[in-house]
Amino acid sequence: MPPRDRAAPDIVVEKLRKEYRVAKREPGFAAAFRALFRRRYETVVAVDDISFEIAAGERVGFLGPNGAGKTTTLKMLAGLLHPTSGTCTVSGFTPREREVRFLESVTLVLGQKQQLLWDLPPVDTFELNRAIYQVPQKDFEARVSELTTLLDLGDLVKKPTRELSLGERMKCELVASLIHAPRVLFLDEPTIGLDVTMQATVREFVRTYNERHAATLVLTSHYMDDVLALCPRILVIDKGALSYDGSVEELVQKVRPDKRITARFATNVERVDLERFGTIVTHEPTRAVVSVPQDELASRAQAMLASLPIRDFEVVSAPLEEVLAELFARTRAARSSAPAGTGEPAP
Amino acid sequence: MFRIGFHEAMAYRAELFVWMLTTTMPLVMLPLWLAVSETGPVGGYDAERFIAYFLVAFVIRQLTAVWASYTMHFEIVHGTLAMRLMRPVHPFWAYAIESLSAIPLRLVIALPVSILVLVITAGHHLVGELPTALLGLVAIVGAWSIAFFANVAIGAIALFTTSSLKLVDAWLAGYFVMSGYLVPLALFPPSVRAVPYWLPWRYQLGFPVELWTGALSREQVLTQLASQWCWVAILACLAALVWNRGLARFSAVSG
Repeated sequence: MPPRDRAAPDIVVEKLRKEYRVAKREPGFAAAFRALFRRRYETVVAVDDISFEIAAGERVGFLGPNGAGKTTTLKMLAGLLHPTSGTCTVSGFTPREREVRFLESVTLVLGQKQQLLWDLPPVDTFELNRAIYQVPQKDFEARVSELTTLLDLGDLVKKPTRELSLGERMKCELVASLIHAPRVLFLDEPTIGLDVTMQATVREFVRTYNERHAATLVLTSHYMDDVLALCPRILVIDKGALSYDGSVEELVQKVRPDKRITARFATNVERVDLERFGTIVTHEPTRAVVSVPQDELASRAQAMLASLPIRDFEVVSAPLEEVLAELFARTRAARSSAPAGTGEPAP
Repeated sequence: MFRIGFHEAMAYRAELFVWMLTTTMPLVMLPLWLAVSETGPVGGYDAERFIAYFLVAFVIRQLTAVWASYTMHFEIVHGTLAMRLMRPVHPFWAYAIESLSAIPLRLVIALPVSILVLVITAGHHLVGELPTALLGLVAIVGAWSIAFFANVAIGAIALFTTSSLKLVDAWLAGYFVMSGYLVPLALFPPSVRAVPYWLPWRYQLGFPVELWTGALSREQVLTQLASQWCWVAILACLAALVWNRGLARFSAVSG
């Protein structure tokens, strides 16, 4: 394959929309009986005319609450779902056409679904994928060796899948998904259910793979740490609409620019003694978190250090969860007051 | 892919063995019909011919077993079909290979039974001419194809409704009655004897069994082979139609 132009867009999405028609009925026997003869349907908009571009080799994270449209978007990009309207291209291919060359250039990892053969060792799934993707034996061996070393799998790949732990299975899933050296990785909740150590291992692996192979990475995760650690750019989706596209830092700056001062005290400090420094987020006698305007951070911090019995002092940004909750609230408020059809990103 | 499929069949060998036990109905029916034929041939079938018929039926059943509808139902309901769809191989091929790769293991049982037929009947009731035997092989491929495409068509219905396995039961009910699995079709009452000729099940079992037991003339073989492959074509089109329509509305039932 030719080398990739990292500046060129690898994924182009324009006005992508997905609607579902779902049956609806009231509770109760009478409604169930009526529904036998006359079913009522309603249209649910899962993805609402979103547009964005992702460059080759970029790492992008989808964030949003449950049912926001993240996985639906990912599945449309992977060619599993057909858009109701709009277009998307991945590496120049139209996913819904499911051309062989497209399928050979992408991979999809679903944290809650597996491709490993349950009663056979993962090596057999690797071998199956080698045959399906027609990977030359030499390349296959080199790739398996590289990936299993990165994930520290050792002889685990020779044990039946059913005997592996959830984390071990996910590691093997990743190897199986990358046997054909895909250029675009779609990862849907790859760390779901994993313990903290395993999450960190998977994150590090994905980052290393992206850097070594210049693969484009699109990730959805409920774990903010996944996104923060892996994705310099995030796309925030809520109720199917794109409400933010940019870096995490810019998002925090726009939505919650205030800084948080976490202070531990040598002796008890009353709440009233803290109120003049900013908005109190939490307060205990020997510990408090105070939110202060960013442009007054230096002066207020100095004042706190000068007047309070500070033992420990830390300045951080607002947690991403809070920033997103604020963003969702603003977006929904803006959408409810705006005329229909003006779905621009909020901040 | 065959090799991995064979490994899978080996991994599920206990399950496969149990499943094979459920396909031994011809061996159960055999003593019943032998008892009936003690007083004289029934509908042209004497004891030796019954033995040949039901043992060959058992072998054909082993060679044409397909369970793709169960696999498809599971994958569609649990959403793991998505993983299969991401591979650059049409799922039909994958399902076909998964079914075919279990045949070597099935032959471990089917082959001794075939030899038993030869020994018991001294080959009297088995096809003796090479051209007819070759047509017999084509008939077995046709029988497997009918089973496969019917399975895939029914399995693909799970893309529309989660009750597709009920249709498998309905298909099997038709198969048990109309294929010659329990009763040779020649023993059907004259008034309904023609009905199975218009249905697919006869071509899935009864036709290849009758061909291999030498019950058909060359002309009958050729005519019924044409009918069998018409059913293959009809079911293949049906499977493709249901699959393509279903896939277009596929929305990963379990998310």
